[in-house]
Amino acid sequence: MEHGPAIIQILLIIAAAPLFGGLITKIKNIVRLRRGAPVLQPYWNFFKLLGKSDEVISQHASWLFKAAPYVVISSSAAALLLVPLFGGFAAAGGMGDIVAVLFILALGRFFMALAGMDAASAFGGMGSSREMFISSLAETAALVSFFALALNSGSTSFAAIAGDGVFRASSFTAGFALFLVAIAETSRIPVDNQETHLELTMVHEAMALEYSGRSLAIIEYASHIRQLVWFSLIAGIIFPLPPPSGCGAALAAASAAVFALKLLALAVIMAFTEISLAKMRLFRVADLLMFAFVAALASAVLAAGGY
Amino acid sequence: MIPSITGNFAFLSDPLSLFFVFVIFLISAPAAIYSAGYLKGDYSGGKIKLAWLLLALFVLSMLAVVSASNLVLFLIFWELMSLISYFLVIFDSGHKKSIQAGTVYIVMTHFGTALITAAFLIMYRYTHSFDVLAVKEAAYLIPDSAKGAVFLLLFFGFGAKAGIVPLHIWLPMAHPQAPSHISSIMSGVMIKLGIYGIIRFAVFTMGISHLWQGEIVMILAAVSCLVGVIYALMEHDIKKLLAFHSVENIGIILLGVGGSMMFLVMNQPALAVFSMAAGLYHLVNHAIFKGLLFLGAGSVYKATGTRDMEKMGGLIKLMPQTAFAFLAGSMAISALPPLNGFISEWLTFQAIFAGALKSAGNGVMFWITAASALALTSGLAAACFVKAFSVTFLAAPRSEKASEAKESPFSMTAPMLFLAGLTLFFGLFSPQILRVMAQVAGATLGIDTQNMKFSVLNYGVTSGLENAGAVSGWLVLAALVLLGLAAFFGLRIFYGKQRFTAGRTWGCGYYASDSRSEYTATAFSKPFRIFFSFFLMPYRKTEKATHGGYHLKYFKYETHTTPFFRTFFYEPAVAASFRLAKKVRRMQPGSIHLYLSYIFAVIILLLVFRGKF
Repeated sequence: MEHGPAIIQILLIIAAAPLFGGLITKIKNIVRLRRGAPVLQPYWNFFKLLGKSDEVISQHASWLFKAAPYVVISSSAAALLLVPLFGGFAAAGGMGDIVAVLFILALGRFFMALAGMDAASAFGGMGSSREMFISSLAETAALVSFFALALNSGSTSFAAIAGDGVFRASSFTAGFALFLVAIAETSRIPVDNQETHLELTMVHEAMALEYSGRSLAIIEYASHIRQLVWFSLIAGIIFPLPPPSGCGAALAAASAAVFALKLLALAVIMAFTEISLAKMRLFRVADLLMFAFVAALASAVLAAGGY
Repeated sequence: MIPSITGNFAFLSDPLSLFFVFVIFLISAPAAIYSAGYLKGDYSGGKIKLAWLLLALFVLSMLAVVSASNLVLFLIFWELMSLISYFLVIFDSGHKKSIQAGTVYIVMTHFGTALITAAFLIMYRYTHSFDVLAVKEAAYLIPDSAKGAVFLLLFFGFGAKAGIVPLHIWLPMAHPQAPSHISSIMSGVMIKLGIYGIIRFAVFTMGISHLWQGEIVMILAAVSCLVGVIYALMEHDIKKLLAFHSVENIGIILLGVGGSMMFLVMNQPALAVFSMAAGLYHLVNHAIFKGLLFLGAGSVYKATGTRDMEKMGGLIKLMPQTAFAFLAGSMAISALPPLNGFISEWLTFQAIFAGALKSAGNGVMFWITAASALALTSGLAAACFVKAFSVTFLAAPRSEKASEAKESPFSMTAPMLFLAGLTLFFGLFSPQILRVMAQVAGATLGIDTQNMKFSVLNYGVTSGLENAGAVSGWLVLAALVLLGLAAFFGLRIFYGKQRFTAGRTWGCGYYASDSRSEYTATAFSKPFRIFFSFFLMPYRKTEKATHGGYHLKYFKYETHTTPFFRTFFYEPAVAASFRLAKKVRRMQPGSIHLYLSYIFAVIILLLVFRGKF
């Protein structure tokens, strides 16, 4: 069972994915001196939605609308397979290619955007249009930062990138650019707001507006997984550690703990970012993502110079 | 003295030619079958016969182009191909637009042919042969400056056919006007012959000796990618949208080809082969999915009678097979895994990345810029195809015709489904296919690939990039399918079968919303229009009439974008040539005495300069 640990790690992470979102919300509420929802609230939402026996969908919707949630969750989970998590290795082993992750995530987004347009509602269309606009800019910034990371390690393979374990200025800058990208990709303030349900301002929520019951539960879970894909990626880049040598249960537990700590740190940073900023209007978001792109270019220049 | 014209008329059958023969047949065969159903009903019997004849001649002329080994013969076939495709562009000559599109096409294509002819004449002057292989042997006789000129002439001459920016102007006019099966062959195959020309004559025959040659190809390729996709986003004529995407994809192909040229100079033979193979791989992939998309657009056009996406919608329920095939094509062109576009864009990205690794200083920035152009292009292409597919096929029909559309006959859907299957096939069997592409590239570049390992799984071994990235279409497909099924059946086992109730779409409590309140293609592309306004220069036209100043009688609102190259380059050029013609006209006042004196003057001149000619 060579892949045993990897599979256990993936299942653990998938099960724990909603926890990360709940944690960020909790931290935000603590800082705002509110009691807020329990950390496990995303799970309660998930099971509540699954409990609904009937889904009301638009009369205009086609088979694509029904199939989209499954494509979205399988693409998010497949992307997670490629990302190295605890031990510096990904579930898919040497197949983990950093560029491929972007394309696999794009598959889910493509179907989500199509589903948004399918219900013949202007809100869904608005959401799809904005999502594709934001993501096309974010993807560029992400790819250029990946380029910088790959220049450092000489390969776009995660095994090489994560196996490095050395702190570099270029990696840090790339991590910063990726953090801005992750804000956009996980629909957080200042790009989008997960807490609002005002039709005119939402992006991701607008695409999912027509969903209910099980399909909505799947879509929400998929966004939790996608969020974790981005944050584990960034955690591995901003806080580089050499991969653990040897194996054993104790070591696995230790590296899992380290991984959890990295994510916790990111959750705190994310929460403070969210509460200290206001949501931007769409064309300010474009500026923010252009800034991310410039940061990514800077990281590539640093990487080219050997820093 | 024209000795070589009587010389070798042999045909080329090297891997490069055979590869293009394969691509021509791969797309022409389904397109021909499709045309049987497509032409039926809309055209008279005589016109259908003419269409078959022209189609056969068109395919034959393309086959002749890629197998001619004599430069003169090549030019003849090239011209034949251009003329036949001109007749196909104006096939629906009832439309005024067809004639106009045909005129622009024939002017642009002859501009290209003129440049190519000039290049061939320079080649002949130094090598004294019109035979490709003989010219290749004697290419060292050509001085360096002439080589540079020949390269530029060839690149822009063939580039006019391929549709690189700024010579792309004819492409979005001509391709949509032709009947759809012809658009599919033109966009899928014919413009690729421009790439063939660049590879065959600029790379294979003349050889690449300077870095700037690869650089200029890559710069224009990157510009073509971005300009093509930005214009495509603004388009709501479905066939024009696809034509602009051809400009974009030609750019992606040329990124691979240009990269290969740079690697040749950088003395990286393995990477030169790899980069060229990536370009060729994208070439065949683009032929497949663009052929498919044009056939799908034709099917929609036949069913609804319009090419305007704003008047479509809801076709996924009425034309399920066309919709499915178009979805596959849209996913492939958006580079979504595990379809073929994903693999070749990934390979192109890897080639660019390898270029950055192998260069130093400013060279790295060049490759990074190319990579960011490719990244932005693929993001925008995905956005554009979300728009194209969803506005055409999803939601509620936006016009009466769209709500009465019927699925196309089997002869039209079968070729589309076949090509849709190929998008998956070329994605899954990428390790094997890339090896074939590498052999073609190796044979063309004169690099032995016998001992090289080229596959998406281990290309790094030979190109000196240890632990290079790897991707497997099968693995991605398996992961996606298994995870999707796990989610589906897992939830089904624990929570029972999924049940749906159809209800009205949420309209904030307002329930009289109809298809007019749907999002349109123009609305979808609005953020892009604003973001790229520095290039698109959008403007509005409003017209309103009021009753007594208060009550609005009607209000008309139009939004347009400024076609950059047409407004700032082609229109001034055309205007200037008209002005010049008007001045020249004064030479011809109709007086026979003046004309006689012209003749006299010319004779004197010829006598004076006799020795110089």
